[in-house]
Amino acid sequence: MNVQNYVRKRFLPHLWCPGCGHGTVLNALLRSVDELGLSKEDIVMVTGIGCSARMAGYVDFHTMHTLHGRALAFATGIKMSRPELNLIVPMGDGDALAIGGNHFIHASRRNLDITAIIMNNHIYGMTGGQFSPLSGPGTTATTAPRGSIDPAFDAMDLAKAAGATYAARTTTFHVRELQKMLTGAISHKGFSVVEVFSQCPTYYGRKNNTGDAPEMLKAFRDETAKIGSKTLDENPELIPRGVFVDRDAVDYGEAYAELCRNAAKEAPRC
Amino acid sequence: MQIIIKTDWCKSCGICAAFCPTGALSVEPGEKARATDVEACTGCGLCERLCPDLAIEIIKVEVSI
Repeated sequence: MNVQNYVRKRFLPHLWCPGCGHGTVLNALLRSVDELGLSKEDIVMVTGIGCSARMAGYVDFHTMHTLHGRALAFATGIKMSRPELNLIVPMGDGDALAIGGNHFIHASRRNLDITAIIMNNHIYGMTGGQFSPLSGPGTTATTAPRGSIDPAFDAMDLAKAAGATYAARTTTFHVRELQKMLTGAISHKGFSVVEVFSQCPTYYGRKNNTGDAPEMLKAFRDETAKIGSKTLDENPELIPRGVFVDRDAVDYGEAYAELCRNAAKEAPRC
Repeated sequence: MQIIIKTDWCKSCGICAAFCPTGALSVEPGEKARATDVEACTGCGLCERLCPDLAIEIIKVEVSI
C-alpha cells in the first residue's frame, strides 16, 4: 500500500525532527486505516498540543487541533453528536497524562468509543526537553539536570484502573505489532488506549546519551518483552509489551442512546 | 523489486539502512537514503514501515521469464 494516499501532501515533509518516532506511529496508523478499509470521511482525528499534536495537520481525515490536554474532551463532544464517526486521538505523554490526565481517566471511566494513542517519548519535546510524568526516575531533562526523582505513571495500569476496555503497549521498533494493536484499538467498541514508546533523539536522546534514532530503536528492542514470553519471565526488569486489557462493556454512546430511547417513550412530545 | 525513495521527504535519519536485513539501503552522512543494492531487497517491507518520514515504498514487480 502507499501511505502517501492518506496524507495532505502539501504539508509534507512534516516538521518532526529527523528520526522522530511520531512519524513511524503515523505510518502504522495509516496502514491500519487502510487495513480496516475505513473511509477518510468517517474518521475524525483530534489532537491537543505538542509534537504529537501536529499529526492532525498531516492526515487527510476530518481533523481538529485543539487545546493542550483537552483533545479527549473535544473528541467526547464529537462522538456524542456524531456517534457513527471513528474518533482517533493521538497525544503525547505530557498531553495525555499530565495536562490531560483528568480527561484521560474520565474518558476511560465512561468507556467512550474513542481510540487514544499515547506517543510516549518520555519528554516534552516541543517546549525544549522538560521531564514528563512518564519520564521516570533518573531521566535527565532540561528541568532535571541531575536526573528526575519523580516516579513515572504506568499508562497501562492507569488505563486499566480507570476503566478503559482496551489497553496495549508497544514501541516504534515493533512496527507490525504496532499496526496490529492500532487495528485492534480502532475496531474495539469502547475506550481504547495504545501506548507507543516513540524515540525523541533531539531532546530525550541528547539529554540521556542514548545515541541516534537507530540506537534508540535498538534499546526499545532490547529493553522490552512480550507479555507471557519466556524472555519476560526470565527478565522481569524488562518493560512488558502487549495487550493488557481487552474486554467488552457497554460503551457510553450506547448507554446514552438507550437513555434517549426510554426518555422518548415516556415523554413522546419532548 | 522496486524501491521508491521520496528524497524530498527523507530526513537522512538512517533508520532504514540500520535495520534493513539484507543491506539493500544505505544512508551516507548528510545525504538522503539510497537503494544501493536493489538485487538484495527481499521486499520484506520493514523499511517502509519503520520510515518516520513516509518516504519509502516497496513495489513487488512480477517478472515472467
